[in-house]
Amino acid sequence: MAQMTMIQAITDAMRTELKNDENVLVYGEDVGQNGGVFRATEGLQKEFGEDRVFDTPLAESGIGGMSIGLALTGFRPVPEIQFFGFVYEVMDAISGQMARYRYRSGGTRQMPITVRSPFGGGVHTPELHADSLEGLMAQQPGLRVVIPSNPYDAKGLLISSIRNNDPVIFLEHMKLYRSFREEVPEEEYTVELDKATVKREGTDVTLVAYGAMVHSSLKAAEELEKDGVSAEVIDLRTVSPVDYETILESVKKTNRAVVVQEAQKSAGIAASVAAEIQEKAILHLEAPVLRVAAPDTVYAFTQAEEVWLPNHNTIVEKVNAVMNF
Amino acid sequence: MKRTLENIENQFETFQILNEEGQIVNEDAMPDLSDEDLKEIMRRMVYTRILDQRSIALNRQGRLGFYAPTAGQEASQLGSQFALEKEDFILPGYRDVPQLIWHGLPLHQAFLFSRGHFKGNQMPEGVNAVSPQIIIGAQITQAAGVGLGYKKRGENAVAITYTGDGGASQGDFYEGINFAGAFGAQSIFVVQNNRFAISVPVEKQSAAQTIAQKAVAAGIEGVQVDGMDVLAVYAATKDARERAVTGEGPTLIETLTYRYGPHTMAGDDPTRYRTDEEDSEWEKKDPIVRFRKFLEEKGLWSEEEENELIEKTKEEIKAAIKEADNTPKQKVTDLMEIMHEELPPNLKEQMEEYKEKESK
Repeated sequence: MAQMTMIQAITDAMRTELKNDENVLVYGEDVGQNGGVFRATEGLQKEFGEDRVFDTPLAESGIGGMSIGLALTGFRPVPEIQFFGFVYEVMDAISGQMARYRYRSGGTRQMPITVRSPFGGGVHTPELHADSLEGLMAQQPGLRVVIPSNPYDAKGLLISSIRNNDPVIFLEHMKLYRSFREEVPEEEYTVELDKATVKREGTDVTLVAYGAMVHSSLKAAEELEKDGVSAEVIDLRTVSPVDYETILESVKKTNRAVVVQEAQKSAGIAASVAAEIQEKAILHLEAPVLRVAAPDTVYAFTQAEEVWLPNHNTIVEKVNAVMNF
Repeated sequence: MKRTLENIENQFETFQILNEEGQIVNEDAMPDLSDEDLKEIMRRMVYTRILDQRSIALNRQGRLGFYAPTAGQEASQLGSQFALEKEDFILPGYRDVPQLIWHGLPLHQAFLFSRGHFKGNQMPEGVNAVSPQIIIGAQITQAAGVGLGYKKRGENAVAITYTGDGGASQGDFYEGINFAGAFGAQSIFVVQNNRFAISVPVEKQSAAQTIAQKAVAAGIEGVQVDGMDVLAVYAATKDARERAVTGEGPTLIETLTYRYGPHTMAGDDPTRYRTDEEDSEWEKKDPIVRFRKFLEEKGLWSEEEENELIEKTKEEIKAAIKEADNTPKQKVTDLMEIMHEELPPNLKEQMEEYKEKESK
């Protein structure tokens, strides 16, 4: 076992799959010699050659469209979109094309593409770098959206994503890249897609979160513990499709739920999860399902960023609200 | 200071082999085609013209669905397709169903595509193509990818994609040809310049005098071809194919052509944006008329042969429509089943709901 940061675990996952399958290709802007702007592909071009790990021209739609063409010739592309705020440039290739190809070809073609991309707030980026756009992706049928919260899951989920024969949008929260290390096996392993995990057991309230908000939720749970509130924390890991089984099992036990996301409040993952909970478990609920989310504005410029973003304090507030309902 | 645009028209002279009178005007460029090949090209063009007429009629009877007329563009569509090998990959636009048919898509499936049935989109095993693209230009970046994939695999094959003059304004057009150039992809980009993107004339699309010259900015080969001259289109595509598979890079081919019919059968009225004079100007350039003259001159074609072919084509169309009619209607549960490799849990629940609905 090695101690790895999340970014090291991500590099390790790509290295593993580049070794395992000669059809795997890793590419994007600055991905080659430079090893990516976050060094996610550090050393991979040197190890696997320019034919398999390479720089592309600076055009996201081109990267997306080219990935489809490479998939049509039997490759397993792992393109990087340098920051997920740039996804608007490649929306057609992702939502209009790769998500629909299996159906459009009457089930005869597949798109085993894993689009990797950094996102997430709190690191003082310029505009359109930090936005949480997973809800936009989840709205598109045919896409799987995966968001790891830690190094171990990141490696296992990325390997599973690359091996999956349908397109995966793999979102990496920038704040988690180097914020902590943990034990990550050097050998290959997978973490199952579409499966949430219980990060902390509790009996009074269920906190459903993903990405960096898993850590805020865990911190909130610790504080709540001091006040005698026992919070269960679920990490979705795959935000589309959502593992409702795990959520509902927990809610039926705790009878209260707060759904936490860094994205804006309306029409996102949290809204969808809250709706499903009330559809499937209304008689188990002692209080309305509340959401912790950012306000319904575009992502804030850096000066307003810290207040704009949800944090453990806002989570504690909402939990207190459902406890005192 | 030298001006960029000086004499640019000389560099992109329209390449022609067969003129409007059916005479060879460029003997040196005459491709190496046997008499049988020449007749086959003619058969395909006539077949496609008849198919277009029948498709329009069927559409008017409410028996077809989505259809984009092809008459006028036969030389551009079929001359380029005839230059391909079986292993070459076609990424068509929505008007490019004829190329798919000649690449191996059975006719009844082409009708199913029009009728909105997923079976119309299933290329048979070994037919290297995808179904027609609806988003203008999306196929161009994909063709760069297929061409790069072939290069990486060392395949003796190319990707060919089709769009129109409007498509050459899309960002994906520039990104696609630029990627292909940067990677030396084995790709051919055909722009069928039929002068109108629905109603907007090509003059309003760009200040560029030709679409072919856009290749220069991508650092790839560009050629403008008489798109009503099937021999010129064939020769240009053959040359582009040869260059692509020998590592000389991708090519942009602009074919100057015209669609006689409306944009699609969904209510477009060309009299709102084109004049009768323009229509008849272009009809004089008709690809089939001039090729017929050429073949008759060589003693390779007769009216009798053509009439026989027309009758045979009509019979084939009738049979294909019957086969399409006999295909059970597509169900919502079919869609659910084929969208993913594995049915996601949310769809499992919805599948049950729709199975129930469909069983009633």
